[in-house]
Amino acid sequence: MIRIEHRTLGDVHILDIEGRITIGEGTLHFREAVHRVIQQGGRNVLLNLAGVTHMDSSGIGELVSAYTAVGNRGGRLKLLHVPPRVREVLTITKLATVFEAFDDEAAAVESFR
Amino acid sequence: MREERAPETYSISLSVASGFEFVELAETVTATLARLTGFDEETAMWISMAVREAVINAIKHGNKEDRQKRVEIQYAFNHDGLSICVRDQGSGFDLSQVPNPLDPENLLKPTGRGIFYMKAFMDEVDIWSSPGGGTTVRLRKRIRPRSP
Ligand SMILES: Nc1ncnc2c1ncn2[C@@H]1O[C@H](COP(=O)(O)OP(=O)(O)O)[C@@H](O)[C@H]1O
Ligand SMILES: [Mg+2]
Repeated sequence: MIRIEHRTLGDVHILDIEGRITIGEGTLHFREAVHRVIQQGGRNVLLNLAGVTHMDSSGIGELVSAYTAVGNRGGRLKLLHVPPRVREVLTITKLATVFEAFDDEAAAVESFR
Repeated sequence: MREERAPETYSISLSVASGFEFVELAETVTATLARLTGFDEETAMWISMAVREAVINAIKHGNKEDRQKRVEIQYAFNHDGLSICVRDQGSGFDLSQVPNPLDPENLLKPTGRGIFYMKAFMDEVDIWSSPGGGTTVRLRKRIRPRSP
């Protein structure tokens, strides 16, 4: 189960993600949500991972793909409220330093300015 | 006075067709058995995620989603820990050819982190694979990790 909601604060597109970013439904919906934002012209993308409960190796791959896809269009993708379980997988895969991550939404939004 | 008995080992096996709809079943069974072994909720979750990775590989890379081919999952657990064997009927692979996902040139690749993920969350991951002979992945987790 995954639930994604899209909201904007100025030109920052925030995706509030809840549930599992795991192979199948999870990675599929996640990819679609990110591409919808890109198609709408979104370049500043903030993923709020507060509600993410599980992330498997495909989920990590999808996160990396999203990062690359946004970057390739001259945009930036950052993370907000990374829960311990996600932090753990990002750390072991050495991706923790690749992603810019915030615990404060206002600070995250401001960082795109 | 402590009673000294040989630790009882329980064995359970599961056999599924090569369809991704059975991954969740494997995850649920694994989490249940991990809790029964004595692991806490969080550890049980990581064990079940590691087993998922092995099962997904068996279905995808091993059996190539051929539903005539089966994935066998065998569990053995006692008071020491839990051991899980995931076996497919695929054509095998050469583990030495699998790129290291931590190499800088692989860091931003979208795939190739499954085996690494299993190793990160289990105490032991052994893989036997032979051309034409399928692949067996054995994952083990001890209740108390052996001190280094
Ligand atoms: N059961 C299997 N049968 C055949 N090849 C496998 C099996 N498991 C893994 N592999 C090979 O090892 C590679 C790495 O697997 P993994 O680390 O899970 O990453 P990914 O599944 O994302 O490719 C796979 O791409 C595949 O070539
Ligand atoms: Mg895999």
